[in-house]
Amino acid sequence: MKLNLSKKMIAAAAGLMFVAAAPVAGFAEDTIKLGVVGPHSGDLASYGLPSVNAAKILVEQINAAGGIGGKKIELLVEDTVCDAKTATDVATKLVSDGAQLVLGGICSGSTKAALPIYQDSGILVMSPSATNPGLTQSGDYNNFFRTIAPDDAQAQLDVDFALDKLGYTKIAVVHDKGDYGKGFAEFAKKFLEESGKAEVVLFEGVTPGAVDYSAIVQKIKRSGAEAVMFGGYHPEASKIITMMKKKRLKADFISDDGVKDITFIKVAGKFAEGAYASGPMDTSKNPLSIAAVEAHKAEFNADPGAFYENAYSAVLAMTNAVEKAGSTDLDALKKALQTEKVDTPVGTISFDEKGDAIGVGFSVYQVQDGTFVELK
Amino acid sequence: MDYFIELLFSGLSRGAIYALIALGYTMVYGIIGLINFAHGEIYMIGAFTSFIIATILTILGFPALAIIVLAGLAAVIWSASYGYTIEKIAYKPLRHAPRLSALISAIGMSMFLQNYVLLAQTSDFLPFPQLIPDFAFMEPIAHIVGSSDMVILVVTTVVMICLTILIKYTRIGKAMRATSQDRTMAMLVGINVNRIISVTFIIGSSLAAIGGMLVASHIGQINFYIGFIAGIKAFTAAVLGGIGSIPGAVLGSVVLGLTESFATGYISSDYEDVFAFSLLVLILIFKPSGILGKVDTQKV
Repeated sequence: MKLNLSKKMIAAAAGLMFVAAAPVAGFAEDTIKLGVVGPHSGDLASYGLPSVNAAKILVEQINAAGGIGGKKIELLVEDTVCDAKTATDVATKLVSDGAQLVLGGICSGSTKAALPIYQDSGILVMSPSATNPGLTQSGDYNNFFRTIAPDDAQAQLDVDFALDKLGYTKIAVVHDKGDYGKGFAEFAKKFLEESGKAEVVLFEGVTPGAVDYSAIVQKIKRSGAEAVMFGGYHPEASKIITMMKKKRLKADFISDDGVKDITFIKVAGKFAEGAYASGPMDTSKNPLSIAAVEAHKAEFNADPGAFYENAYSAVLAMTNAVEKAGSTDLDALKKALQTEKVDTPVGTISFDEKGDAIGVGFSVYQVQDGTFVELK
Repeated sequence: MDYFIELLFSGLSRGAIYALIALGYTMVYGIIGLINFAHGEIYMIGAFTSFIIATILTILGFPALAIIVLAGLAAVIWSASYGYTIEKIAYKPLRHAPRLSALISAIGMSMFLQNYVLLAQTSDFLPFPQLIPDFAFMEPIAHIVGSSDMVILVVTTVVMICLTILIKYTRIGKAMRATSQDRTMAMLVGINVNRIISVTFIIGSSLAAIGGMLVASHIGQINFYIGFIAGIKAFTAAVLGGIGSIPGAVLGSVVLGLTESFATGYISSDYEDVFAFSLLVLILIFKPSGILGKVDTQKV
């Protein structure tokens, strides 16, 4: 009986899908089809489902207001499970279904696998969460955009800050040998060397959890560094900065969002004063962000999940581009994305020629009187 | 040359930190031949106890010296009672079991204490107050050796001398040496071996507590996991110096500290542990009992 019931349900679901899919053929010319791809089941579903919610909320609003240039938007939601093979199958399906815009994917790996298929069909893809730097910077995918800062953006921001705002010419880069910390440090080193404005006087990893960091601090001192750029998390950062002050080393401390944690200030106390750390931009006071979150609460009776605001912003940016370009032709959309600024929950953004959002991402914070203050 | 001296003192203070913990390892090993893996956790508990007491006393407005003394005393008593209890619960019932059983019991105790503190206190890093103030007379050389480094160096030296005197020249020291040499024979000549072993654990744990307080004050943060890493390094130092030997533990710690410091200073801190453990391997190849360790002759 139970089995029968579930069979019936599957049949009913299949039937429903048919009904939903049926009008597609009929109204193909009058709707704009927005594919939403990402993991909607499995381990990573919590990263993918908020994008679906964001798309549903916005599409409902836009369609209620008459659509874009008289055309309604139609959602094509597809589950990729963040798997490269599934993502390419989904891409093929969406292309044959006639999708003109795609929101997603969520994971960098599966997004990369599917991108060439969308690219061949001239479909615009915008991801709320794929942070792999190569997706935009390789220049291989002219149809890809994203509303989240790439992994190396922090290193770039910190390097620009150290060179342009603080004017340092000698910088020591130190990391904790971990994936995150070393990754940051390697990007920082690369950007410093490419800038030609500063010299990397030291590039070393420290052992996390060591009882004492005085030897590395003495080495930093001897290197003549004016600033230490640290990649890693707050426990090591607070030990190193404390030891720097104790050894009377007058060098600034610049770090990443693993350090932009209130525990860093709590633990390092007065020694943390004046330290810089980058972290995600504070969007909590942005009225659009507040409205987006409220809309989610009203619709789904829950707080939005991961990358919700980025996905919300991506849909806004894409629909705005369609409206401004007056078509869904990729070149026209690209031009609109690059030239037209759009107000979104993550800020007022436009896109650079590679596809990264300008105005999204990280800010530099400084520890002042025991709190992180965002430096504009 | 300045750089060399700076690295030398970095290495010495690191070595002194290891030594305070290594002494406990080596004493216990010397008496009952057990590697007490829970020793690092005793060190961590000492740090937590002094943290709690120091925080309370600071709120109550005690003077700095009183805070150090009272927090230290509380840490010593609390850690010593832990050491005593651990021996009674986890090691004494296994005294006649194969050595491996006691070793595994020690590892179990270590994990138990770590997780216990994690649950009872917090998994976060806590800011440890700077108990040792920056002395004005140290200011000219503060860039080489800080006040807390100096205190750690002095305390380690004093503790080592006191321990040597205790073991060489007192009645209880004589009983300890006898127990270490032959437990059955010591019992037969009327030495209360159980009491001697308890005393050993109490002394070792007290040293770990002092170490915990001084090191936490030096680096300014504690969490439940600090005992593990410090314990492994101190254990390495004790083996390097010759486990069971008191001067050996101090020498091994200083050698380890200096190796790490110079490896960081002249080569790369990425390779700090590589050099430290390569040294251990080399020494054990050429002198299996460690730098000052005695060769155990098998009694026939």
